[in-house]
Formats: sequence, structure tokens, C-alpha cells
Amino acid sequence: MLSLILILLASLFFSGIIIRTKSILSGRRGAGIFQPLKDVIRLFKKGTVYSQTTSVIFRIAPVIYFSSIVIALLTIPFGSHRGIISFNGDFIFFAYLLALGKFFNIISAIDTGSSFEGMGASREALYSMLAEPAFFLLIGSFALFTGHTSFYEIFNFLHLGSYITYLLGVMAAFVLVMIAMIENSRMPIDDPKTHLELTMVHEVMILDNSGFDLGLILSAGYLKFAMFGAIISNFFIVDINFGYSIPSYFAIQIIFAIVIGIIESFIARFRMSHNSQFIFALTSVSILIFFGVLLVLEKF
Amino acid sequence: MLLIIIFLSIIITSVLAVIFVNTKTKGIITVLTVIALSIISSIPAINSLLGNNFEILLSGTLQLGLLPIKIDELSAWFILTINFTITTGAIYGVNYMKQYIEQKNNLTLHCIAYILVHSTLISICSVQNGMFFILLWEIMALSAFLLVIFENYKPETLKAGINYLIQSHISIIFLIIGFIYVSINTNNFSFESFAVFTSQQPVIAGVVLFMCFFIGFGIKAGFVPFHTWLPYAHPAAPAHISGVMSGVIIKIGIYGILRMLLLIKTDYLTIGFIILVISLISGIYGVMLAIVQHNLKRLLAYHSIENIGIIGIGIGLGCIGLGSENKILTILGFSGALLHTLNHSLFKSLLFFAAGNVYQIVHNPNIEKLGGLINKMPKTSLLFLLAAIAICGLPPLNGFISEFLIYSGIYYWLGDASLVSLFTIAFSILGLVLIGGLAILCFTKAFGIVFLGSSRNSEKKIITEVSFWQLLPMYLIAIFMILIGVFPAFFIKLVQKPVQLFSNINISNSANLSIITDSGLINSLQSISFYSIIFILLILLILGLRKLANKNKIISSEPTWGCGYKTENPKLQYTASSFVRTFSKLAKPVLEIEKKEIEFSEVFPNKLEYETHPYDKVEKIFIDKFLSSIKKISEWFTFLQNGKLQRYILYGIIFITSVIIIPYFIEKISKFFDFFMNL
Repeated sequence: MLSLILILLASLFFSGIIIRTKSILSGRRGAGIFQPLKDVIRLFKKGTVYSQTTSVIFRIAPVIYFSSIVIALLTIPFGSHRGIISFNGDFIFFAYLLALGKFFNIISAIDTGSSFEGMGASREALYSMLAEPAFFLLIGSFALFTGHTSFYEIFNFLHLGSYITYLLGVMAAFVLVMIAMIENSRMPIDDPKTHLELTMVHEVMILDNSGFDLGLILSAGYLKFAMFGAIISNFFIVDINFGYSIPSYFAIQIIFAIVIGIIESFIARFRMSHNSQFIFALTSVSILIFFGVLLVLEKF
Repeated sequence: MLLIIIFLSIIITSVLAVIFVNTKTKGIITVLTVIALSIISSIPAINSLLGNNFEILLSGTLQLGLLPIKIDELSAWFILTINFTITTGAIYGVNYMKQYIEQKNNLTLHCIAYILVHSTLISICSVQNGMFFILLWEIMALSAFLLVIFENYKPETLKAGINYLIQSHISIIFLIIGFIYVSINTNNFSFESFAVFTSQQPVIAGVVLFMCFFIGFGIKAGFVPFHTWLPYAHPAAPAHISGVMSGVIIKIGIYGILRMLLLIKTDYLTIGFIILVISLISGIYGVMLAIVQHNLKRLLAYHSIENIGIIGIGIGLGCIGLGSENKILTILGFSGALLHTLNHSLFKSLLFFAAGNVYQIVHNPNIEKLGGLINKMPKTSLLFLLAAIAICGLPPLNGFISEFLIYSGIYYWLGDASLVSLFTIAFSILGLVLIGGLAILCFTKAFGIVFLGSSRNSEKKIITEVSFWQLLPMYLIAIFMILIGVFPAFFIKLVQKPVQLFSNINISNSANLSIITDSGLINSLQSISFYSIIFILLILLILGLRKLANKNKIISSEPTWGCGYKTENPKLQYTASSFVRTFSKLAKPVLEIEKKEIEFSEVFPNKLEYETHPYDKVEKIFIDKFLSSIKKISEWFTFLQNGKLQRYILYGIIFITSVIIIPYFIEKISKFFDFFMNL
């Protein structure tokens, strides 16, 4: 329960911080950090325009996407507090729920019959497919390391002892940040602020969504960011009491947001054809982590 | 005994009846027969799952020995799966075949073959004698061939059928070799002699014997590289036959493999690794080829290979668990495999039936020519979507449950693994995740391009939904799928009955249920089912909220955003090929795609063309090269075939005389040698 509340809180300001960081770095005054939240609220109040080509799929897809992320959120623990959903193999459920949301996102994009949205759908399907092995292998490595197979137990038994385990933690954080960027379609995979439909991935998929639906999709994106931030922070805050863990949780979330802002300000988007190679390279980092775990456990 | 007599008499009377009645009644009789056979065979099967195995010893024949009939838990699981899919297939088929109502004789043959396939499939699961097994297997293969070539006036259908016929006989050769090898050594065809015989043999003999059976059954099941008949036979057959074939006929290969695992006592660890590697390759290769297909049914056929791979991964894990005496791994592996067998037979038949509906109305299996069907065939579309979600292994449907079991197995295996197995685990995880991701790519393409957007076909056809009776079996399958997905714990407990047979091989007196309850699996599944329901409720809640929020707002309808370009043009839509173009570029080394392209050549644009034909690289290497070398060798003997009758008669005479003379001479010569030796 605690983790859910914390993730919800973090999601309120997360995207705002990214935008603020970017505006500061580019020398603009920029909007306040709650601007994205205000945008969503305004969208919820608006009417909706549906494309004539679309069918029922287009109408239910945003709802399913949003719900899948809400349920996935429930699996995330906070430190020594279980998530609401916690069982052996809950991370499989987590990953497959996200995949379900994506499935509906993709088909709803195809549903509009637009060439742009088909393009975005095709890219999203491929990229998220390539990112998934990295996640499963990462969790697998830590499952091997701790001997447990649920989020809560993995984080709770993950005592970062020797130097090499810290290295593993850092590499894991890197992989998770990258997966979060891919899942949320941010730089360097996708540029959410691009002005040309041809170069978009996620943004082009939701070109035809408006009103309440667009609000759902945007807020799902904010939740997703905070969710990955929470997973990353779990690597570091398990053993400390609330007085420290909650502030450090927010600190990690804010740092994560600022890092994303910095990445987006200074890195250009990759060429589309290079994206898939880059994403697959993440899997090799995961394999490195796997080898690291083998080293620590003295299996070699 | 009574059951068997009723079973046989139903088959005989209905086969005779089908011949003499008029065309409409043929279908009804077939459905009734299939339902009757299902009921009769389900009684002992359900009894067996409740704990009373059905056992009868028939006298058999003098040559083949006694015929023991036994329905144990494994047979029962497969019989129930077969009955459900065949029954729904029959109800669907009666409605689907209405378009062919003029072909009276063809339909008679089709109905008889359908009844025969059903009865032989049930019998294969229950006989315990190798020779009867082969006999029934042959009848099953032949009647399945007849089912496939229903549209035998089309050359490509006939070609696909003959391809299937040849390959299924190669499979039978391997099986016969295996059975004869055992029976020579034991003078007995019964299955029980297998266990006795193999436990006395060295380990390597057992592994070789098992591999012989594995290849035989693997050809039927469609493991790569033995899969090449499958992508031809499935598109060629009528929709309900494709569904039944993919749903249960290829599963009988899985049954054979599992049965042999129970019978052959050997080194399970080695076998487990072999099966695991072959299955991983099958899974990944199957789905990679599925993605680039243009023909909807062919795409689904390649997906069967992928799913057979997933089932194989389960079996491989189970064997490794047996070999390394890891109880939980054994149970999870085999449970995953058996449950996925059931699940796949459900969603794959549903997919084929939905594809059949599309083909029946649009008469075009080419994905590139379809689109926008959801507005005209909403029920078929939603059923296809449901099955697509299930086949991708996404919650809250049944595919997720069996994949979850297999994943859990792999992650449990991490606990007590050596270095070699750790690497295998890493690659199994990678493989399984890739299969899942690629399946999503494939089915977003299949569903999105076929059913969504607007039609890519310029011909104006009136497209309507199919009749209720045709949709009814599909609803039944869909309900069953949702039940498994939302209440998995019950089915896991049920599948423990057959799995117990495997875990008893070397873990005696283990109560599977308590083991998996202790391992937290039941708890996990209950959580999954609870949160799946919450998930569905949440979706409904948000839909309600949206309705409330949109109450007083303007909901308008406009053309799709096209960068300011307003004219609707279906040609501008993304096509199936363009949807997977990045993928096919990435996977170029594995795929074999023929391209024909006409590009701009002059200043003024000429007509452009772009054609791709995906081909199977494994088929090219294993089948085509092999065939061409056989052809080369046989070309040396073409002088024998010269079309002159006199010559052929001469060959016959030469053959007969040599049959008589050669032994005579051999005898003489040996006597001659003996004479010299005695000197």
C-alpha cells in the first residue's frame, strides 16, 4: 500500500521535473513542475474526437493500457514493505501486464488506418520486444543471487555487500533506466518533442487520441516513469528505516527525473535503424550482470 | 468391455450411415457420432482422472500378441483435450462446409475420415501394444491426409497433402524401427516390455532408442527441423481441419513423446537437454517465420511450431528435473507442457476457425488484401483478438498460465544448478522471452492488419458476419479459455494427476499437490486469478468513469489525422510487410525471402512492383538439397525407364528368376566351399 501511495505521489511531479530540467538547460523559464498534471486534468474535462475509421478497439485500448499499468504498479514493493500483489514470479505477471497494455496500444494505433500510426506501432512492437529479454535476464540474475523469485523478496535479500555487488547494482540501475526510457519512448530511442510524424514512435501512435483517452494515456506514462523510479530506488533503500528511506526514495526519483532531463537535453535521438541494435545491446549488459552474479556466487 | 463394443459399433454404423444418407444429414450424423464417441471415451477418462484407471486385456491376434487397453491419467488428459477440440471442430465444420454442399462424394469421404481420425486418436491414446499403435497411427495419418486434400481439384492442395503423406510415413518408419527393435529383443509388442527391456540396457541404448521415437513423433508434432509439412498442410486444409490438426493431431506427437518418456528408462538429463535445445530452436524459428508470412493460415501454422516449441521446453525442463531429482522442476515442467497442450489446442483452433470465417466470407487468405473487417464481422474479430491475446501468453487468459508455469520452472531451476545448466537457463529465459515478444509482434500484425483500419481490397464484396451456429463452438472455446485464465488453480490441481505419473518415476510416493502448495505455486496462481479479476473490474470501472465524464461533452467523429491530407485512402495504410519490415531486415540471416522489385528507371515514374515470398531456410537445407541429391543419383538409372512394355516384362522375369536362382546358387556355392573346407 505504502509503495502505491509513494509511486502515485512521485508520478505527480516526475514529468514536471523532466520538463523543468530541460527548460533550465536550454535557458528557458519553462512551466511549473505540476504543468503536466494540469494538462491531464484539462484533458479529462474535454470532449473527444474519434476517427471515422476506428472501431471499438480504439475506444477500449487506452482504458486497458491505463489499467494494466495500475495493476502492474501494485506489484512493486517499497523497501521492506510488500507491494499489494506479491507472490513467487510476480515479476513475470508485471512484465506480461505491461506487454498486454502495449499490445492494445499497438493495435489501437493500427485501428486508425493511418500510415503514420502504423509506422509508430511497428516500431513500438519491435523495440519493446527487444527490450524484454534484458529485463527478464536482469531479474533472473538477481533471482539467482538471492534465491527468491518475487520482487519483494529479491529486493529484501539483496544485501549489497562487496564492491562487486555495488557494481552490479549500478549496472542494474543503468539497464533499468534504459528500459524505462524505451518503455516510455524517450531519448535516445524516441524524441517526444519531435515535430515530424515520421520520426516519432510513441507520440505518433497516439496522434488520434484526444480528450479523456489522451489523458489516460498521458497519466499512464507518468505512472510508468514513477514505477521504474521506484524499482530503481528499491535497489538502494531496503535496509533503512522510514525516516531515511522515504526521503531517499524521493531523492532517487528526483535524481532519476533530472538524469532523464539531462539525457534528453544533450543526447540526440539515434537513427531508427540503430535503435534495435542499441536495445539489444542492453541484453548484453544484462548478460554481464548475470556473469557478475556467477562470479559473486563463485560458480566459475 | 461394453464401452469398447459400443465404441466400435458406433463407428461402424455411422460410417455406413454416412454413405447412404443425403448431404445435409451426413454432417449431422458426423456431429452426433463425434459427440457420442466423445461421451463414451470421456467416461473412462474422467474416471481415470478421479483415480480409477480403465484397464482391459483384449485377446488381440496371434501375430501381434495380446492387446492391453489402458486409460491412465496421461491418456485421459489427451483424450479429453481431443474430445473437446474435435467436437467443436465438427460443429464448426458442419456450418463451414455448407459452401461445398454440391460435392457429395467428396463430403462423404470427408465425414468418414473425420470420424476415423477422432476414433483413432482416442484409440492411440489407449492401446498399450506397439503394433496396434502403429496400425492405428497409420489409419490416423491416412484419414488426416484425406481430410487435408478435401479441395483436391486444386493442385497446390494435392501437393501439400502428398507432402504431408510422405512425411508422416517417414515418421512411421522411425516409429516402426523403434518398436521392432524392442520387440526383437523381447519377443513382445506390449508397452510393458519397454520398461523392462530398457532398464537392462546400457544408458546410451536407451537414449538412442528414445531419439528414434522422438524423431518419429517429432515429425508429427512439428519440431524444427521436422516441421516442413506443417506450413503446407494447414493452409491447404479446410478451416476446421486446420484447427483440429493444429489443435490435436500434432499433439498426438507430444503424447507419443510423453508416453515414451514414461516407458523408456534412460538418462533423463541428456534427453532433457536435447529436447530443451530443439524446442528453443523450434519456438524461436517458428515465430520468426510466422512474422513474415502473408497467408493468414500459414502464419498460424508457423505459430503451431512455435507453440510446440514451448510445450517442448516444458517437457525438456521436466526431464531435466527428473534427471537431477529436482521435484519442483519436474512438476512445473510437465504441468506447463501438459497445460500448454490443452491451451494451445483451444486458442489455436479458435484462431483457425476465425481465419476460416474470414476466408469463407472474403475468399482471400492474403493478409495484404484484408483490413477493416472488425466493423463487418465484429464477433469473429473479437474472438480472434481473444485468441491472439491468449497465444501471446498475456494475462488474464490461459496462455499466460502455462507460460507462467514454464517460467517458474526455469526460475526454480536456478536454485540448484551447475554452471552448464546456468548457461542453459540464461538462454532458455532469453529464448522464451524472445518467443513471447515476437509473438506479440506477429499477432499485432495479424489482428491489426486483417481486422482493423480500412479494407485494402478494391473489390466491393458484401461482407457479413457468419451464422450463429458457426460461432457457437467458438464461443465455447473462448469461455473455456477464460475459465482457465481466470481460475488457473483448479486446472493446475487437475493436471497434477497426469504429472504424478512422471514425478513418480524416481520420486516415489510424492504427493505433487503438497509439493506445489509448499513451493507457493498455488498461492501464486490464486493471486494471479484474483488480480486478473480485479484487472477486469478496473477496466470496467474506468470505462464507466469515462462514460460519466463524457456525459455532457461533444463526442465527434472526424477522418484520421493525415498531416492535413484529408482524403481517405486505404492504400496509404501501413501494410503487413511494412509493419514487420524492420524485423525482417534484422532477421535477414535466418530468413529466406525472395524479392522481386521494379524500381524507378526513367525520369517519369513507371509502374512500380514489389513482391516478397518468404521461404523456409530449414526446408531449403534439409529437404530441397536432400531431394535434389536423391534425384541426381536416381538420374543414373533413368535408362531403365524407357517406356517399352517388353522391357518392363523382361525386368519382371529377371526379378522372378533371380529370386529363385540366387538362393539356389548361394546354397550350391556354400556347399562347394564346405566341400573344400572339409578337404
